[in-house]
Amino acid sequence: MGCPLGVPKYPAGPVIHFELSQALGKVSDVPDPDALIRASGLTKRFGQFTAVDGIDFELRRGEAFGFLGPNGAGKSSTMRMIGCVSPPTGGELTILGLNPVTQGAAIRARLGVVPQEDTLDVELTVRENLLVYGRYFGLSRQVIAERTARLLEFVQLSERANDHVEPLSGGMKRRLTIARSLINEPEILILDEPTTGLDPQARHVVWDRLFRLKQQGVTLILTTHYMDEAEQLCDRLVVMDGGKIAAEGSPRELIDTYSSREVLELRFSTFEHDQAAEKLTAVPADRIEVLADRVLLYVDDGDAAMAGVRGLALEPLTSLVRRSTLEDVFLRLTGRRLEDG
Amino acid sequence: MTAPALRVGSPQRYDRVAGPGRMAVRAFQPWLVNYRRTWRGTIYSSVLMPVLYLGAMGLGLGTLVNQHGTASLGTVSYLVFLAPGLMAATAMQTAVGESLYPVFSAVKWQQTYQAAAATPLRPGDIFRGHLLFTTMRLTMNMIIFLAIMSLFGAVRSAWVVAAVPVAILTGLAFATPLDAFAVSQKKNDQAFNMIFRFGMIPLFLFSGTFFPVTQLPAWVRPLAYVTPLWHGVALCRALSLGTADLAGALGHVAYLAVVAGLGLAAGARSYRRRLHV
Repeated sequence: MGCPLGVPKYPAGPVIHFELSQALGKVSDVPDPDALIRASGLTKRFGQFTAVDGIDFELRRGEAFGFLGPNGAGKSSTMRMIGCVSPPTGGELTILGLNPVTQGAAIRARLGVVPQEDTLDVELTVRENLLVYGRYFGLSRQVIAERTARLLEFVQLSERANDHVEPLSGGMKRRLTIARSLINEPEILILDEPTTGLDPQARHVVWDRLFRLKQQGVTLILTTHYMDEAEQLCDRLVVMDGGKIAAEGSPRELIDTYSSREVLELRFSTFEHDQAAEKLTAVPADRIEVLADRVLLYVDDGDAAMAGVRGLALEPLTSLVRRSTLEDVFLRLTGRRLEDG
Repeated sequence: MTAPALRVGSPQRYDRVAGPGRMAVRAFQPWLVNYRRTWRGTIYSSVLMPVLYLGAMGLGLGTLVNQHGTASLGTVSYLVFLAPGLMAATAMQTAVGESLYPVFSAVKWQQTYQAAAATPLRPGDIFRGHLLFTTMRLTMNMIIFLAIMSLFGAVRSAWVVAAVPVAILTGLAFATPLDAFAVSQKKNDQAFNMIFRFGMIPLFLFSGTFFPVTQLPAWVRPLAYVTPLWHGVALCRALSLGTADLAGALGHVAYLAVVAGLGLAAGARSYRRRLHV
């Protein structure tokens, strides 16, 4: 039974709170009422090693939020704390308004988790995996059967429902893990490196499914070290490095803030590389990045810059004008490439 | 073809976080689903092993023992002496078999424990769910053992029925600490061979199953008395022969319950330390 008839479901409390805050001029400090996850100063230490070093972020309902960073940046440790299987060492973390340390089970009941390793029971069939997992949530067999049919169709595994998991391809296992994570109709879906280890085609199938989930209003939180994955799926993301958040924003904002409109990529023969890189400083550019195998010129107009390069009588083996990506943002923020780890 | 609409975050009417008992039952279910595939093979060996041992040792070797005189056995035939001891020892073997490798596989090779830990199940629920399955397997094996031992005519008292729960408790006194140990193994299963070689096999041979502990040198006997298996063997035997007295029985049960209880606490702790890092 809900509240008695005639009594409004929500008293005027929040409005008063808002007006009060406004009067005090601290509107921005009012917690976002739509925030599903709120972390401040969140820290995870393992002995002497600090995996997550005081990070702040908020996850809003309906958004796809990403953690972009190389291996070892602290992304998985953060995901495990959000998944309530790793108690924070310091800072504050609130998930769905609850405390993950004391109310972990109640939070986990409302989360869907796609871990980095599939953790499927390979001795069971596809259908049995969903049955067993659904039972963990206390769902009835009937409810699980209904959802299984829908979920397997969604991840395109209906034909394999009664097959064992062992012989499935990596992409199929990943899709099954995604279906499994949705069995409890979660309010937040957590994905840790959802396409790591998949071949490009399988990766695109997974992206397509995740994109559909996003369009249906599922709140996604994911980690990745693929910048194209972050660009395609995330409304908003943080760049993480060495356990800290280096920057935050939408992919577009991050690129606009930390990179130029276009990038001119030049490749020289090995013995010309260093000399050419030195000469290129004469070309007007926001920034020049000299990598081991390439030189990147961050410019507004790539073709104009290329004309400038030709004017210096430099003949690169290959040249490419492209738009800036999150990879460039990461390079700018950390001085390293994402794949370097 | 369009994919069906998926419901997410919809209000749910079922109770999502239940009490420890129901949560353990949830954690027990995957073991049952898996067992549906393998139960036939396990029944064959549950029947075959007692038949082989009671036949070869109880009847075969027993003929020689009986000719020698059975005063030290309590003036019963070797078969009657052996059977209840072997029952307790079988419980130990069942418990070891359901503990070490299945637990290590779930936490390391298949990581199905980690999958379960992402759900409302708490590490303690996952541990107790596995213990429910171990208890089920012990119950099955002990009932089978009792049936076979009766067919061999190796029972002297109706109290032998009470030996079934005693043997199950003996098994749990091994299962709980071994689960706790197995789940804490990070790298590989090498330690398990040591447990078999230097733990299970000596216990199996020297805990009064095949001959009375009084035959051991005096200085070794206390070692036998501290092992849970000796308590299980002694009480199962007393019940089967109809010689049990209340004080002795309570003493054995209390000892086994304390060991199982300590293992229960240790398991809850080591499951949490492994699954909630």
